[in-house]
Amino acid sequence: MNESATPAIRVRGLTRRFGELVAVDHVDLEVPARQVYGFLGPNGSGKSTTIRMLCGLLMPSEGEIEVLGLRIPAQAEALRRQIGYMTQTFSLFTDLSVRENLAFMAAVQGVPQRQTRSRIDALLEQYHLADMQRQLAGTLSGGQRQRLALAAAVVHEPKLLFLDEPTSAVDPQSRRDFWEALFTLADAGTTLLVSTHYMDEAERCHRLAILDRGRLVADDTPAALAGALAGRTFQVNTQHPRALQPTLAQWPGVLSVAQIGASLRVLMAADADAAEDICTRMRDALRSSDAKVSVSAVTPSLEDVFVAATREPGAVEATSS
Amino acid sequence: MNMRRLWAIVMKELRQLARDRITLAMIVGIPVLLLALFGYAINLNLRGLHAGIADQAQTAGSRALVMDMLATGVIEPGMQAPTPAPLMTALKRGRISVAIVIPPDFERRRIDGRAVAQVVVDGSDSTVRAAALQLLQVPIDSAASDTRAPPRSTPVEGRIRLLSLYNPERRSAVNIVPGLVGVILTMTMVLFTAVAVVRERERGNMELLIATPLSRSELMVGKVLPYVVIGLLQTTLILALGVGVFRVPVRGSLWEVYAAAALLIVANLAMGLLISTRAKSQFQAMQMTFFVFLPSILLSGFMFPFAGMPRAAQWLAEVLPLTHFLRLIRGVMLRGAGLWAMWPDVLALLAFALVMMTLAITRFRKRLD
Repeated sequence: MNESATPAIRVRGLTRRFGELVAVDHVDLEVPARQVYGFLGPNGSGKSTTIRMLCGLLMPSEGEIEVLGLRIPAQAEALRRQIGYMTQTFSLFTDLSVRENLAFMAAVQGVPQRQTRSRIDALLEQYHLADMQRQLAGTLSGGQRQRLALAAAVVHEPKLLFLDEPTSAVDPQSRRDFWEALFTLADAGTTLLVSTHYMDEAERCHRLAILDRGRLVADDTPAALAGALAGRTFQVNTQHPRALQPTLAQWPGVLSVAQIGASLRVLMAADADAAEDICTRMRDALRSSDAKVSVSAVTPSLEDVFVAATREPGAVEATSS
Repeated sequence: MNMRRLWAIVMKELRQLARDRITLAMIVGIPVLLLALFGYAINLNLRGLHAGIADQAQTAGSRALVMDMLATGVIEPGMQAPTPAPLMTALKRGRISVAIVIPPDFERRRIDGRAVAQVVVDGSDSTVRAAALQLLQVPIDSAASDTRAPPRSTPVEGRIRLLSLYNPERRSAVNIVPGLVGVILTMTMVLFTAVAVVRERERGNMELLIATPLSRSELMVGKVLPYVVIGLLQTTLILALGVGVFRVPVRGSLWEVYAAAALLIVANLAMGLLISTRAKSQFQAMQMTFFVFLPSILLSGFMFPFAGMPRAAQWLAEVLPLTHFLRLIRGVMLRGAGLWAMWPDVLALLAFALVMMTLAITRFRKRLD
C-alpha cells in the first residue's frame, strides 16, 4: 500500500501547441497508483495529446512530466518497458492472426521466451479469444478487437496502462465487459489512465479529470464532483418541454437546459439562491405557459458536472478540495 | 540490437507478405513481365522485315546477292527503287525497316575487295538492327556466278556495310538481361520499403510500435532483412529465365553475381526506407520512388551508353546504385571478371547502402511530432 502513496503520474504546467492551436494548456495532474483514472472531455479537448505526451510520443511545448518516477521525454525509452498503450484506433496488424499478434507483442515487449506460450494462452482465455486465436485480426468484430488490443497492451504486465478512448467502437455489453477487465487489472496493481467521452464510463473511474479545449476544468472523484453541484440541478415536468426550453434558457443564472424525455433538466450557476426558492420562482414563472408544470430539485449527475465544468470554468474546481 | 525483437519484426513482415497477394504477384510478376517484354529485343530470329531495294548495278552478281539476302527470310521485298533517296524517305516514314543499297560500281568493288553493298536499318528499333546483322553474313563471292571471283580467303566480314540510323550505339542483346536484373531490383526493392513504413503509419501500427521498447535500428533492419531474401529470390528467377530462355551466359562466378545483387538490393532497400521516413502517404512514397527510378533507368547505362552522356548526367549517374551495379554485373556475367577487380563500384554500392541506412535510422523518430 506504500506504493499508492506516490503518484504514478505527476504533471506540472503541461502545454502543447500545434502552430497557433493550443491543444493542451497548462495542465496540472496527479494520477494515484493502482487506480482507474479517467480523462473526460469532448473530441478535441486534448485527451489524446496529453496521453501521447505522457507516453513520450509527443514532445511537450512546456511543462514537466514525471511518470513512474521517470522524467519524460528524457527517459521515455526506460518508461516504454513499463507501460502499455492502447491507441484510439485499432493498431495491431489486421493481416496477422490473434495469436500471431500477441506473440509479436510478447517478443517486442521482452516477455521471457519460455513464458510466452503460457502467457498468451492465459490472455486468450482471460479475454475470451481462445476460439478465434487462428483468425486474422482484421476479421474480428469491434468488441473482439478491443479485447485483443487490451490483451496485447498488457502482455508484458505493465505497471501503467494508457487507454485512449478504448470503447468508442464497441457495443454496450462489450463495454461493460471491457470495464470489468479494467478493474481486474487495477485490482492486480496496475494503474490505468482511460480517456473517454462517455459519462457512464467516466462515472466508473476512481478519479476523474475533465478536459475542455486543452484546459483541465475539474479533477476529483466522480462523487465529489457531482456533490459539488448539490442544489443546482432541477427537473421541470411539463407537457410542452420544447416550448418551455427557450424560455428557461433565458432565465438569469441558468447554465443549461436539456430535454430528457418529457421533462427538462436545468442546471443553475454557482451563485444561485437556495434550491427551494428557485423551485418556487421557476414554477411561478412557467405557470403562464403550462398550468400543470412542476419543478423539483434533483441529484446532480456527472453530465451536469461536465456541463458546469465546461460552461463555467473553475466553478467545480473551486468547490472541490 | 536485440535479436529476439529483430526476429519478431522479420517474421511479422514475412507473414504479412505471405498474405499480401498483390505484393506476391508483384515479386514474381514484374521480373517475368519485364523479361518477356525485353525478351523480344533479345530475340534474334525476327523474320519478314519489310525491305526496300535499290540495285543500282543490275548485274547478275548484284541480283544474286539480293536473292541470297531474301533467302535468309529475315527480309521480304517491300519496294524497289532506282536510287537510295526514295528508300531513305520510306525508312524515315516507317514504311520499310531495312534498305539495301547496291552501288552502280558493284562489280568493280567486288573484284577490289571493297564494300559491295550497304544495309541501312532503322536503328530506332533495336530488334531490327539485331536482325539485320544476319544479312551481313551473306557470302558475296559464292553468290556471284562470276568465275573471276577472288579466292575464298577474302574475308566476308566488312564487305557489306551496315549503317544503323537513329541509333549509333551497338547494344548487344545479352547486355539486356544482366541490366534487367538491376532494373527489376531497383523497381521493386525501393518501392517495397518506401511503402513499408508509411503503410504502418497510415494504418496506425506505427503509434503502437514506437510506444514499445523496439529500437529504431531493430525496426529499420527488421524491415530490410525479409526483402533481402525476396530480392535474392527475384534475382534467381531472372537469372534462371535469362540463362534458360534467352541463353545469356554467366561467365564469371555465380556467387559473385549474387554478391553484386545483394549489394544492390541492400542499397535500394535502404534508399526506400529513407523515402519512407520522409513520405506522408503511400502515394507520396510511390511518387518519390519514381524520382529515383526514372534517372536510374535513363542514366545508369541500361538504356544509353554511359560514355556518351554529358558530364553532369554522368555525375548524377555515379550517385545511383544501378550505375555501379550494371558495371559489376556486366563484368561478372559477360566478361567473366572478378568482383574485386571492380572494387570501386563494390565500394560505391557499400557506401551508398551504409549512408542510406544510417540516414533512414537517424531520420526515423520514435515520436509522432
